[in-house]
Amino acid sequence: MELISTLAKIPGALPGACAQGLIWGIMAIGLYFTYRILEVSDLTVDGSFATGGAVCIVLMLNGWNVWLALLMAFIAGMLCGLVTGLLHTTFGIPAILAGILTQLALYSINLKIIGKSNQSINVDKYDLLVSLRWVKKLALNNPLLTVVVITIVLVALFYWFFGTEMGCSIRATGSNLAMSRALGINTDRNKVLGIMVANALVATSGALLAQYQGFADVNMGRGAIVIGLASIIIGEAVFGKIFKNFALKLIAVSLGAVIYYIVVQVVITIGLDANLLKLLSAAVVAVFLAIPHLKSKYFAKPVKVVEEEGEIENA
Amino acid sequence: MLDISKVYKTFNVGTVNEKRVLKNLNLHLNKGDFVTVIGGNGAGKSTMLNMVAGVYPVDSGSITIDGIDVTKLPEHKRAQYIGRVFQDPMTGTAATMQIEENLALAARRGKPRGLKTGISKAERESYRELLKTLDLGLEDRLTSKVGLLSGGQRQALTLLMATMNNPKLLLLDEHTAALDPKTALKVLTLSAKIVEENNLTTLMITHNMNDAIKYGNRLIMMSNGRIVFDVSGEEKQKLTKADLLEKFKISAGEELASDRVLLSE
Repeated sequence: MELISTLAKIPGALPGACAQGLIWGIMAIGLYFTYRILEVSDLTVDGSFATGGAVCIVLMLNGWNVWLALLMAFIAGMLCGLVTGLLHTTFGIPAILAGILTQLALYSINLKIIGKSNQSINVDKYDLLVSLRWVKKLALNNPLLTVVVITIVLVALFYWFFGTEMGCSIRATGSNLAMSRALGINTDRNKVLGIMVANALVATSGALLAQYQGFADVNMGRGAIVIGLASIIIGEAVFGKIFKNFALKLIAVSLGAVIYYIVVQVVITIGLDANLLKLLSAAVVAVFLAIPHLKSKYFAKPVKVVEEEGEIENA
Repeated sequence: MLDISKVYKTFNVGTVNEKRVLKNLNLHLNKGDFVTVIGGNGAGKSTMLNMVAGVYPVDSGSITIDGIDVTKLPEHKRAQYIGRVFQDPMTGTAATMQIEENLALAARRGKPRGLKTGISKAERESYRELLKTLDLGLEDRLTSKVGLLSGGQRQALTLLMATMNNPKLLLLDEHTAALDPKTALKVLTLSAKIVEENNLTTLMITHNMNDAIKYGNRLIMMSNGRIVFDVSGEEKQKLTKADLLEKFKISAGEELASDRVLLSE
Protein backbone atom coordinates (compact mmCIF):
# COMPACT_ATOMS: atom_id res chain seq x y z
CA MET A 1 0.00 0.00 0.00
CA GLU A 2 2.79 2.32 0.91
CA LEU A 3 4.47 1.71 -2.42
CA ILE A 4 1.29 2.50 -4.31
CA SER A 5 0.80 5.75 -2.47
CA THR A 6 4.40 6.67 -3.21
CA LEU A 7 4.03 5.87 -6.89
CA ALA A 8 0.82 7.87 -6.97
CA LYS A 9 2.84 10.97 -6.18
CA ILE A 10 4.91 10.65 -9.33
CA PRO A 11 2.42 12.05 -11.90
CA GLY A 12 1.97 15.16 -9.79
CA ALA A 13 5.71 15.73 -9.81
CA LEU A 14 6.09 15.30 -13.55
CA PRO A 15 5.23 18.84 -14.77
CA GLY A 16 7.86 20.28 -12.44
CA ALA A 17 10.44 17.76 -13.61
CA CYS A 18 9.66 18.53 -17.25
CA ALA A 19 9.95 22.28 -16.70
CA GLN A 20 13.28 21.89 -14.93
CA GLY A 21 14.48 19.53 -17.64
CA LEU A 22 13.50 21.94 -20.40
CA ILE A 23 15.30 24.83 -18.69
CA TRP A 24 18.44 22.75 -18.14
CA GLY A 25 18.04 21.56 -21.74
CA ILE A 26 18.94 25.04 -22.98
CA MET A 27 22.11 24.80 -20.91
CA ALA A 28 22.80 21.36 -22.38
CA ILE A 29 22.39 22.70 -25.94
CA GLY A 30 25.06 25.28 -25.11
CA LEU A 31 27.30 22.52 -23.81
CA TYR A 32 26.62 20.54 -27.00
CA PHE A 33 28.25 23.37 -29.00
CA THR A 34 31.50 23.11 -27.09
CA TYR A 35 31.53 19.37 -26.31
CA ARG A 36 30.30 17.96 -29.61
CA ILE A 37 30.90 20.67 -32.21
CA LEU A 38 34.14 22.28 -31.00
CA GLU A 39 35.25 19.10 -29.19
CA VAL A 40 36.37 21.14 -26.19
CA SER A 41 35.36 20.24 -22.65
CA ASP A 42 34.35 23.60 -21.25
CA LEU A 43 34.03 23.64 -17.46
CA THR A 44 33.19 27.35 -17.37
CA VAL A 45 29.52 26.37 -17.40
CA ASP A 46 29.38 25.58 -13.68
CA GLY A 47 30.17 29.24 -13.06
CA SER A 48 28.45 30.95 -15.98
CA PHE A 49 25.16 29.18 -15.19
CA ALA A 50 25.05 30.87 -11.78
CA THR A 51 26.26 34.15 -13.32
CA GLY A 52 23.24 34.13 -15.62
CA GLY A 53 20.92 33.60 -12.68
CA ALA A 54 22.62 36.23 -10.55
CA VAL A 55 22.65 38.91 -13.25
CA CYS A 56 19.02 38.32 -14.16
CA ILE A 57 17.65 38.34 -10.60
CA VAL A 58 19.70 41.34 -9.44
CA LEU A 59 18.74 43.40 -12.49
CA MET A 60 15.08 42.54 -12.05
CA LEU A 61 15.22 43.53 -8.38
CA ASN A 62 16.58 46.83 -9.65
CA GLY A 63 13.54 47.31 -11.78
CA TRP A 64 14.76 46.01 -15.13
CA ASN A 65 12.37 44.50 -17.64
CA VAL A 66 12.55 40.70 -17.63
CA TRP A 67 13.56 40.46 -21.30
CA LEU A 68 16.32 43.02 -20.87
CA ALA A 69 17.50 41.17 -17.77
CA LEU A 70 17.59 37.94 -19.81
CA LEU A 71 19.54 39.70 -22.57
CA MET A 72 22.07 40.94 -20.02
CA ALA A 73 22.40 37.41 -18.64
CA PHE A 74 23.03 36.24 -22.22
CA ILE A 75 25.76 38.88 -22.64
CA ALA A 76 27.26 38.09 -19.22
CA GLY A 77 27.51 34.47 -20.34
CA MET A 78 29.32 35.54 -23.51
CA LEU A 79 31.83 37.48 -21.42
CA CYS A 80 32.45 34.40 -19.23
CA GLY A 81 33.09 32.42 -22.42
CA LEU A 82 35.35 35.17 -23.74
CA VAL A 83 37.58 34.86 -20.68
CA THR A 84 37.87 31.08 -20.99
CA GLY A 85 38.37 31.34 -24.74
CA LEU A 86 41.19 33.85 -24.44
CA LEU A 87 42.86 31.91 -21.62
CA HIS A 88 42.75 28.86 -23.88
CA THR A 89 43.79 30.37 -27.21
CA THR A 90 45.82 33.54 -26.60
CA PHE A 91 47.45 32.24 -23.42
CA GLY A 92 47.72 28.60 -24.39
CA ILE A 93 46.15 27.13 -21.27
CA PRO A 94 44.52 23.72 -21.87
CA ALA A 95 40.77 24.16 -22.37
CA ILE A 96 39.75 22.16 -19.30
CA LEU A 97 42.07 24.12 -17.03
CA ALA A 98 41.05 27.45 -18.57
CA GLY A 99 37.42 26.57 -17.83
CA ILE A 100 38.21 25.60 -14.25
CA LEU A 101 40.04 28.88 -13.69
CA THR A 102 37.16 30.96 -15.03
CA GLN A 103 34.66 28.91 -13.08
CA LEU A 104 36.53 29.48 -9.83
CA ALA A 105 36.91 33.20 -10.52
CA LEU A 106 33.20 33.40 -11.30
CA TYR A 107 32.33 32.09 -7.84
CA SER A 108 33.73 35.31 -6.36
CA ILE A 109 32.20 37.43 -9.09
CA ASN A 110 28.79 35.83 -8.59
CA LEU A 111 29.02 36.51 -4.84
CA LYS A 112 29.79 40.15 -5.65
CA ILE A 113 26.90 40.40 -8.10
CA ILE A 114 24.37 39.01 -5.65
CA GLY A 115 26.04 40.52 -2.58
CA LYS A 116 25.44 37.32 -0.60
CA SER A 117 25.25 33.62 -1.30
CA ASN A 118 21.65 33.70 -2.49
CA GLN A 119 18.89 36.13 -3.30
CA SER A 120 15.21 35.40 -3.67
CA ILE A 121 12.72 37.21 -5.87
CA ASN A 122 9.03 37.45 -5.14
CA VAL A 123 6.86 36.16 -7.94
CA ASP A 124 3.97 38.38 -6.81
CA LYS A 125 5.96 41.59 -6.93
CA TYR A 126 8.03 41.04 -10.06
CA ASP A 127 6.97 40.20 -13.55
CA LEU A 128 8.76 36.85 -13.95
CA LEU A 129 8.76 34.99 -17.25
CA VAL A 130 8.65 31.53 -15.67
CA SER A 131 7.80 30.35 -12.18
CA LEU A 132 7.19 26.97 -10.63
CA ARG A 133 4.02 28.38 -9.15
CA TRP A 134 2.30 28.21 -12.54
CA VAL A 135 3.67 24.85 -13.61
CA LYS A 136 0.38 23.00 -13.14
CA LYS A 137 -1.84 25.78 -14.44
CA LEU A 138 -3.52 25.57 -17.79
CA ALA A 139 -2.55 29.06 -18.84
CA LEU A 140 -0.38 30.91 -21.28
CA ASN A 141 2.16 31.69 -18.59
CA ASN A 142 2.75 28.02 -17.84
CA PRO A 143 6.56 27.71 -17.75
CA LEU A 144 6.41 24.48 -19.79
CA LEU A 145 4.93 26.38 -22.73
CA THR A 146 7.23 29.38 -22.34
CA VAL A 147 10.40 27.32 -22.19
CA VAL A 148 9.34 25.09 -25.09
CA VAL A 149 8.82 28.21 -27.22
CA ILE A 150 12.17 29.67 -26.15
CA THR A 151 13.89 26.36 -26.89
CA ILE A 152 12.35 26.13 -30.36
CA VAL A 153 13.35 29.70 -31.17
CA LEU A 154 16.93 29.05 -30.00
CA VAL A 155 17.18 25.77 -31.93
CA ALA A 156 15.90 27.49 -35.09
CA LEU A 157 18.37 30.32 -34.59
CA PHE A 158 21.35 28.01 -34.18
CA TYR A 159 20.23 25.67 -36.93
CA TRP A 160 20.43 28.68 -39.21
CA PHE A 161 23.70 29.91 -37.68
CA PHE A 162 25.60 26.65 -38.08
CA GLY A 163 24.56 26.59 -41.73
CA THR A 164 26.13 29.97 -42.46
CA GLU A 165 29.69 30.47 -43.66
CA MET A 166 30.75 31.44 -40.17
CA GLY A 167 28.87 28.54 -38.56
CA CYS A 168 30.37 26.06 -41.03
CA SER A 169 33.84 27.36 -40.25
CA ILE A 170 33.21 26.80 -36.53
CA ARG A 171 32.14 23.22 -37.25
CA ALA A 172 35.25 22.75 -39.38
CA THR A 173 37.39 24.08 -36.53
CA GLY A 174 35.99 21.38 -34.25
CA SER A 175 36.37 18.70 -36.89
CA ASN A 176 39.91 19.34 -38.15
CA LEU A 177 42.19 22.12 -36.91
CA ALA A 178 45.01 21.65 -39.42
CA MET A 179 42.62 21.60 -42.36
CA SER A 180 40.75 24.62 -41.09
CA ARG A 181 43.89 26.70 -40.87
CA ALA A 182 45.01 25.53 -44.30
CA LEU A 183 41.65 26.74 -45.64
CA GLY A 184 42.14 30.18 -44.12
CA ILE A 185 39.94 29.73 -41.06
CA ASN A 186 41.02 31.62 -37.94
CA THR A 187 40.68 28.65 -35.60
CA ASP A 188 41.55 30.56 -32.43
CA ARG A 189 38.88 33.16 -33.08
CA ASN A 190 36.34 30.44 -33.86
CA LYS A 191 37.09 28.58 -30.65
CA VAL A 192 36.58 31.77 -28.63
CA LEU A 193 33.40 32.53 -30.54
CA GLY A 194 32.04 29.01 -30.00
CA ILE A 195 32.79 29.03 -26.28
CA MET A 196 31.18 32.48 -25.99
CA VAL A 197 27.97 31.41 -27.73
CA ALA A 198 27.81 28.25 -25.63
CA ASN A 199 28.15 30.14 -22.36
CA ALA A 200 25.60 32.69 -23.48
CA LEU A 201 23.07 29.86 -23.72
CA VAL A 202 24.22 28.43 -20.40
CA ALA A 203 23.76 31.79 -18.66
CA THR A 204 20.35 32.25 -20.24
CA SER A 205 19.37 28.85 -18.92
CA GLY A 206 20.64 29.89 -15.47
CA ALA A 207 18.59 33.09 -15.65
CA LEU A 208 15.46 31.09 -16.47
CA LEU A 209 16.09 28.60 -13.68
CA ALA A 210 16.62 31.36 -11.13
CA GLN A 211 13.25 32.85 -12.09
CA TYR A 212 11.60 29.46 -12.10
CA GLN A 213 12.77 28.53 -8.61
CA GLY A 214 12.43 32.12 -7.33
CA PHE A 215 16.01 32.69 -6.31
CA ALA A 216 19.57 32.96 -7.56
CA ASP A 217 22.23 31.03 -5.69
CA VAL A 218 26.00 31.08 -6.13
CA ASN A 219 25.97 27.29 -5.98
CA MET A 220 23.17 26.73 -8.48
CA GLY A 221 25.62 25.79 -11.25
CA ARG A 222 27.54 23.19 -9.29
CA GLY A 223 27.74 20.05 -11.38
CA ALA A 224 26.08 21.72 -14.35
CA ILE A 225 28.58 20.19 -16.73
CA VAL A 226 27.65 16.70 -15.55
CA ILE A 227 23.94 17.39 -15.97
CA GLY A 228 24.65 18.83 -19.42
CA LEU A 229 26.74 15.84 -20.45
CA ALA A 230 24.12 13.47 -19.09
CA SER A 231 21.49 15.25 -21.21
CA ILE A 232 23.61 15.04 -24.34
CA ILE A 233 24.35 11.37 -23.77
CA ILE A 234 20.78 10.41 -22.91
CA GLY A 235 19.49 12.38 -25.88
CA GLU A 236 21.89 10.63 -28.24
CA ALA A 237 21.24 7.19 -26.76
CA VAL A 238 17.46 7.52 -27.01
CA PHE A 239 17.03 9.54 -30.21
CA GLY A 240 20.38 9.09 -31.98
CA LYS A 241 19.05 6.47 -34.40
CA ILE A 242 16.07 8.51 -35.57
CA PHE A 243 17.21 12.14 -35.23
CA LYS A 244 19.83 12.77 -37.93
CA ASN A 245 19.10 16.40 -38.77
CA PHE A 246 21.09 18.97 -36.80
CA ALA A 247 18.01 20.78 -35.45
CA LEU A 248 16.58 17.45 -34.29
CA LYS A 249 19.88 16.59 -32.62
CA LEU A 250 19.60 19.78 -30.58
CA ILE A 251 16.00 18.90 -29.71
CA ALA A 252 17.24 15.47 -28.64
CA VAL A 253 19.64 17.14 -26.20
CA SER A 254 16.78 19.13 -24.72
CA LEU A 255 14.65 15.99 -24.44
CA GLY A 256 17.64 14.24 -22.88
CA ALA A 257 17.58 16.83 -20.10
CA VAL A 258 13.84 16.29 -19.62
CA ILE A 259 14.34 12.53 -19.32
CA TYR A 260 17.17 13.12 -16.86
CA TYR A 261 14.97 15.25 -14.62
CA ILE A 262 12.06 12.85 -14.82
CA VAL A 263 14.33 10.01 -13.72
CA VAL A 264 15.73 12.16 -10.93
CA GLN A 265 12.21 13.06 -9.80
CA VAL A 266 11.09 9.44 -9.80
CA VAL A 267 14.15 8.33 -7.88
CA ILE A 268 13.62 11.04 -5.26
CA THR A 269 9.92 10.32 -4.96
CA ILE A 270 10.64 6.66 -4.40
CA GLY A 271 12.79 7.72 -1.50
CA LEU A 272 16.41 8.08 -2.49
CA ASP A 273 18.41 10.36 -0.23
CA ALA A 274 18.63 13.62 -2.23
CA ASN A 275 22.18 14.08 -0.99
CA LEU A 276 23.23 11.09 -3.07
CA LEU A 277 21.89 12.63 -6.26
CA LYS A 278 25.16 14.09 -7.55
CA LEU A 279 26.94 10.80 -6.87
CA LEU A 280 24.30 9.03 -8.91
CA SER A 281 24.51 11.59 -11.76
CA ALA A 282 28.28 11.35 -11.92
CA ALA A 283 28.14 7.54 -11.92
CA VAL A 284 25.56 7.48 -14.72
CA VAL A 285 27.60 9.87 -16.88
CA ALA A 286 30.83 7.98 -16.17
CA VAL A 287 29.22 4.71 -17.24
CA PHE A 288 27.85 6.20 -20.45
CA LEU A 289 31.15 7.85 -21.32
CA ALA A 290 32.97 4.57 -20.69
CA ILE A 291 30.66 2.40 -22.76
CA PRO A 292 31.98 3.31 -26.24
CA HIS A 293 35.55 2.72 -25.08
CA LEU A 294 34.83 -0.59 -23.38
CA LYS A 295 32.68 -1.70 -26.30
CA SER A 296 35.47 -1.24 -28.80
CA LYS A 297 38.04 -2.78 -26.50
CA TYR A 298 36.29 -5.88 -25.23
CA PHE A 299 33.16 -6.45 -27.27
CA ALA A 300 34.32 -5.68 -30.80
CA LYS A 301 32.71 -8.12 -33.16
CA PRO A 302 35.36 -10.27 -34.78
CA VAL A 303 35.46 -9.92 -38.54
CA LYS A 304 34.05 -13.04 -40.12
CA VAL A 305 36.57 -14.77 -42.30
CA VAL A 306 34.90 -16.65 -45.09
CA GLU A 307 37.27 -19.35 -46.17
CA GLU A 308 36.99 -20.41 -49.74
CA GLU A 309 36.50 -24.08 -50.34
CA GLY A 310 39.65 -24.39 -52.43
CA GLU A 311 41.78 -23.11 -49.59
CA ILE A 312 40.36 -25.62 -47.18
CA GLU A 313 41.07 -28.47 -49.56
CA ASN A 314 44.60 -27.32 -50.03
CA ALA A 315 45.09 -27.13 -46.31
CA MET B 1 56.11 33.75 -57.47
CA LEU B 2 57.78 32.43 -54.34
CA ASP B 3 60.92 33.79 -52.74
CA ILE B 4 62.51 32.14 -49.74
CA SER B 5 65.39 34.28 -48.62
CA LYS B 6 68.03 33.47 -45.99
CA VAL B 7 65.65 31.40 -43.88
CA TYR B 8 66.99 29.77 -40.73
CA LYS B 9 65.09 27.45 -38.40
CA THR B 10 66.25 25.60 -35.31
CA PHE B 11 64.01 23.35 -33.25
CA ASN B 12 64.32 22.69 -29.50
CA VAL B 13 66.71 25.57 -28.97
CA GLY B 14 68.84 25.19 -25.85
CA THR B 15 68.09 21.51 -25.27
CA VAL B 16 70.06 18.36 -26.01
CA ASN B 17 67.68 17.80 -28.92
CA GLU B 18 68.55 21.10 -30.56
CA LYS B 19 68.34 20.63 -34.29
CA ARG B 20 69.20 23.19 -36.93
CA VAL B 21 66.79 22.18 -39.66
CA LEU B 22 67.13 25.02 -42.14
CA LYS B 23 70.40 26.85 -42.65
CA ASN B 24 70.38 29.90 -44.86
CA LEU B 25 67.77 28.49 -47.22
CA ASN B 26 67.28 30.42 -50.45
CA LEU B 27 64.83 29.48 -53.19
CA HIS B 28 63.17 31.38 -55.99
CA LEU B 29 60.22 30.00 -57.95
CA ASN B 30 58.98 31.51 -61.20
CA LYS B 31 55.30 31.63 -62.00
CA GLY B 32 54.17 28.26 -63.29
CA ASP B 33 57.19 26.37 -61.96
CA PHE B 34 56.42 22.78 -60.95
CA VAL B 35 59.25 21.87 -58.64
CA THR B 36 59.83 18.43 -57.19
CA VAL B 37 61.76 18.25 -53.92
CA ILE B 38 63.76 15.22 -52.83
CA GLY B 39 66.12 14.52 -49.97
CA GLY B 40 66.64 12.12 -47.09
CA ASN B 41 64.87 12.16 -43.75
CA GLY B 42 65.66 15.28 -41.77
CA ALA B 43 66.88 17.16 -44.82
CA GLY B 44 64.37 19.91 -44.09
CA LYS B 45 61.91 19.35 -46.94
CA SER B 46 58.75 19.30 -44.86
CA THR B 47 60.05 22.07 -42.62
CA MET B 48 60.56 24.23 -45.69
CA LEU B 49 56.98 23.63 -46.81
CA ASN B 50 55.63 24.27 -43.33
CA MET B 51 57.61 27.50 -43.13
CA VAL B 52 56.11 28.67 -46.40
CA ALA B 53 52.63 27.68 -45.17
CA GLY B 54 53.21 29.46 -41.86
CA VAL B 55 52.80 26.45 -39.56
CA TYR B 56 55.67 27.79 -37.46
CA PRO B 57 57.52 31.10 -37.62
CA VAL B 58 60.98 31.47 -39.15
CA ASP B 59 63.93 32.27 -36.88
CA SER B 60 65.23 34.74 -39.44
CA GLY B 61 64.93 35.44 -43.13
CA SER B 62 61.90 36.25 -45.23
CA ILE B 63 59.26 34.55 -47.36
CA THR B 64 57.55 36.40 -50.19
CA ILE B 65 54.65 35.14 -52.30
CA ASP B 66 53.95 37.04 -55.53
CA GLY B 67 55.62 40.14 -54.12
CA ILE B 68 53.74 40.01 -50.83
CA ASP B 69 55.88 39.56 -47.72
CA VAL B 70 54.12 36.83 -45.75
CA THR B 71 56.91 36.19 -43.23
CA LYS B 72 54.87 37.52 -40.32
CA LEU B 73 51.41 36.45 -41.49
CA PRO B 74 49.74 33.69 -39.45
CA GLU B 75 48.94 30.39 -41.14
CA HIS B 76 45.25 31.12 -41.75
CA LYS B 77 46.02 34.43 -43.43
CA ARG B 78 48.64 32.95 -45.73
CA ALA B 79 46.08 30.37 -46.75
CA GLN B 80 44.53 32.87 -49.16
CA TYR B 81 47.58 32.40 -51.38
CA ILE B 82 48.34 28.75 -50.74
CA GLY B 83 46.68 25.41 -51.48
CA ARG B 84 47.99 22.44 -49.50
CA VAL B 85 47.77 18.67 -49.63
CA PHE B 86 49.24 16.76 -46.72
CA GLN B 87 50.93 13.40 -46.37
CA ASP B 88 48.19 12.04 -44.10
CA PRO B 89 44.91 11.73 -46.06
CA MET B 90 43.05 12.45 -42.79
CA THR B 91 44.58 15.92 -42.44
CA GLY B 92 43.22 17.62 -45.52
CA THR B 93 39.49 17.08 -45.04
CA ALA B 94 36.93 17.31 -42.24
CA ALA B 95 35.76 13.73 -41.60
CA THR B 96 32.57 14.68 -39.77
CA MET B 97 31.37 16.99 -42.53
CA GLN B 98 29.80 16.23 -45.90
CA ILE B 99 31.72 16.18 -49.17
CA GLU B 100 29.91 19.28 -50.42
CA GLU B 101 30.48 21.06 -47.11
CA ASN B 102 34.20 20.37 -47.36
CA LEU B 103 34.26 21.78 -50.88
CA ALA B 104 32.26 24.83 -49.77
CA LEU B 105 34.76 25.45 -46.97
CA ALA B 106 37.62 25.27 -49.47
CA ALA B 107 35.81 27.55 -51.93
CA ARG B 108 35.86 30.25 -49.27
CA ARG B 109 39.59 30.04 -48.62
CA GLY B 110 40.93 33.57 -48.27
CA LYS B 111 37.48 35.12 -48.29
CA PRO B 112 35.62 36.62 -45.33
CA ARG B 113 33.13 34.19 -43.77
CA GLY B 114 29.99 35.98 -42.72
CA LEU B 115 26.37 35.09 -42.15
CA LYS B 116 25.61 34.17 -45.74
CA THR B 117 24.57 30.58 -46.35
CA GLY B 118 27.47 28.16 -46.03
CA ILE B 119 26.64 26.44 -49.33
CA SER B 120 24.32 27.66 -52.07
CA LYS B 121 22.29 25.66 -54.58
CA ALA B 122 24.35 26.88 -57.50
CA GLU B 123 27.49 25.79 -55.71
CA ARG B 124 26.10 22.30 -55.19
CA GLU B 125 25.64 21.86 -58.92
CA SER B 126 29.11 23.18 -59.69
CA TYR B 127 30.59 20.74 -57.15
CA ARG B 128 28.82 17.87 -58.82
CA GLU B 129 30.52 18.83 -62.09
CA LEU B 130 33.86 19.33 -60.35
CA LEU B 131 33.71 15.92 -58.68
CA LYS B 132 32.95 14.25 -62.00
CA THR B 133 36.45 15.20 -63.13
CA LEU B 134 37.83 12.89 -60.44
CA ASP B 135 36.01 9.92 -61.95
CA LEU B 136 35.59 8.32 -58.53
CA GLY B 137 31.79 8.40 -58.40
CA LEU B 138 31.86 11.04 -55.68
CA GLU B 139 29.47 13.27 -57.64
CA ASP B 140 26.62 11.03 -56.49
CA ARG B 141 27.67 11.21 -52.85
CA LEU B 142 27.68 14.96 -52.25
CA THR B 143 26.07 14.65 -48.84
CA SER B 144 28.13 11.67 -47.63
CA LYS B 145 30.39 12.28 -44.67
CA VAL B 146 34.00 12.48 -45.79
CA GLY B 147 34.94 10.05 -43.00
CA LEU B 148 33.33 7.29 -45.08
CA LEU B 149 35.75 7.76 -47.98
CA SER B 150 38.95 5.79 -48.56
CA GLY B 151 42.38 7.38 -48.14
CA GLY B 152 42.80 7.76 -51.90
CA GLN B 153 39.38 9.33 -52.33
CA ARG B 154 40.05 11.74 -49.50
CA GLN B 155 43.40 12.71 -50.98
CA ALA B 156 41.82 13.31 -54.39
CA LEU B 157 39.15 15.44 -52.72
CA THR B 158 41.84 17.37 -50.82
CA LEU B 159 43.59 18.00 -54.10
CA LEU B 160 40.40 19.44 -55.58
CA MET B 161 39.90 21.56 -52.47
CA ALA B 162 43.47 22.85 -52.54
CA THR B 163 43.30 23.88 -56.17
CA MET B 164 39.70 25.00 -56.60
CA ASN B 165 40.28 28.74 -56.61
CA ASN B 166 43.67 28.80 -58.28
CA PRO B 167 46.09 29.41 -55.41
CA LYS B 168 49.24 31.37 -56.15
CA LEU B 169 51.16 28.44 -54.73
CA LEU B 170 50.39 24.73 -54.35
CA LEU B 171 52.24 22.75 -51.69
CA LEU B 172 52.17 18.95 -51.97
CA ASP B 173 53.85 17.32 -48.98
CA GLU B 174 54.46 13.69 -49.95
CA HIS B 175 50.78 13.55 -50.64
CA THR B 176 50.86 10.06 -52.14
CA ALA B 177 53.19 8.44 -49.60
CA ALA B 178 50.36 6.95 -47.53
CA LEU B 179 48.53 5.45 -50.50
CA ASP B 180 48.88 2.07 -52.18
CA PRO B 181 50.93 2.19 -55.43
CA LYS B 182 47.93 2.06 -57.76
CA THR B 183 46.03 4.81 -55.94
CA ALA B 184 49.23 6.82 -55.55
CA LEU B 185 49.74 6.79 -59.30
CA LYS B 186 46.16 7.89 -59.87
CA VAL B 187 46.41 10.80 -57.42
CA LEU B 188 49.81 11.81 -58.80
CA THR B 189 48.56 11.78 -62.39
CA LEU B 190 45.58 13.85 -61.32
CA SER B 191 47.87 16.30 -59.51
CA ALA B 192 50.03 16.76 -62.59
CA LYS B 193 46.93 17.25 -64.75
CA ILE B 194 45.43 19.90 -62.45
CA VAL B 195 48.77 21.70 -62.08
CA GLU B 196 49.25 21.77 -65.84
CA GLU B 197 45.71 22.84 -66.70
CA ASN B 198 45.76 25.73 -64.24
CA ASN B 199 49.44 26.57 -64.65
CA LEU B 200 49.89 26.39 -60.86
CA THR B 201 53.19 27.22 -59.22
CA THR B 202 53.87 24.03 -57.28
CA LEU B 203 56.28 22.58 -54.74
CA MET B 204 55.98 18.79 -54.46
CA ILE B 205 57.95 16.75 -51.96
CA THR B 206 58.43 13.13 -52.86
CA HIS B 207 60.50 10.19 -51.70
CA ASN B 208 60.28 8.56 -55.08
CA MET B 209 63.16 9.49 -57.39
CA ASN B 210 61.34 8.31 -60.49
CA ASP B 211 58.41 10.60 -59.70
CA ALA B 212 60.77 13.48 -58.96
CA ILE B 213 62.34 13.04 -62.39
CA LYS B 214 59.10 12.34 -64.24
CA TYR B 215 57.03 15.26 -62.98
CA GLY B 216 57.64 18.99 -63.05
CA ASN B 217 60.04 21.28 -64.86
CA ARG B 218 62.55 21.62 -62.05
CA LEU B 219 64.02 19.41 -59.35
CA ILE B 220 65.76 20.38 -56.14
CA MET B 221 67.56 18.11 -53.72
CA MET B 222 67.87 19.06 -50.08
CA SER B 223 70.36 17.85 -47.54
CA ASN B 224 71.09 19.09 -44.07
CA GLY B 225 68.82 22.11 -44.33
CA ARG B 226 70.24 23.37 -47.60
CA ILE B 227 69.48 23.03 -51.28
CA VAL B 228 72.39 21.03 -52.67
CA PHE B 229 71.22 20.40 -56.21
CA ASP B 230 68.92 22.38 -58.46
CA VAL B 231 68.19 21.47 -62.08
CA SER B 232 65.54 22.61 -64.48
CA GLY B 233 64.54 22.60 -68.12
CA GLU B 234 66.40 20.36 -70.51
CA GLU B 235 69.01 19.38 -67.99
CA LYS B 236 66.25 17.96 -65.81
CA GLN B 237 64.69 16.10 -68.74
CA LYS B 238 67.93 14.21 -69.22
CA LEU B 239 68.34 13.41 -65.54
CA THR B 240 68.55 9.74 -64.55
CA LYS B 241 68.25 7.98 -61.23
CA ALA B 242 71.94 7.19 -61.33
CA ASP B 243 72.71 10.90 -61.60
CA LEU B 244 70.56 11.62 -58.60
CA LEU B 245 72.17 8.89 -56.52
CA GLU B 246 75.58 10.24 -57.48
CA LYS B 247 74.58 13.73 -56.35
CA PHE B 248 73.25 12.23 -53.22
CA LYS B 249 76.50 10.52 -52.44
CA ILE B 250 78.44 13.76 -52.80
CA SER B 251 76.11 15.90 -50.73
CA ALA B 252 75.07 13.49 -48.05
CA GLY B 253 78.36 11.75 -47.47
CA GLU B 254 78.16 9.41 -44.56
CA GLU B 255 74.39 9.77 -44.30
CA LEU B 256 74.04 7.96 -47.59
CA ALA B 257 73.82 4.49 -46.17
CA SER B 258 70.59 5.23 -44.38
CA ASP B 259 69.23 7.65 -46.95
CA ARG B 260 69.58 5.32 -49.87
CA VAL B 261 67.23 2.92 -48.19
CA LEU B 262 64.68 5.68 -47.80
CA LEU B 263 64.67 6.60 -51.45
CA SER B 264 62.61 4.00 -53.18
CA GLU B 265 63.95 2.71 -56.46
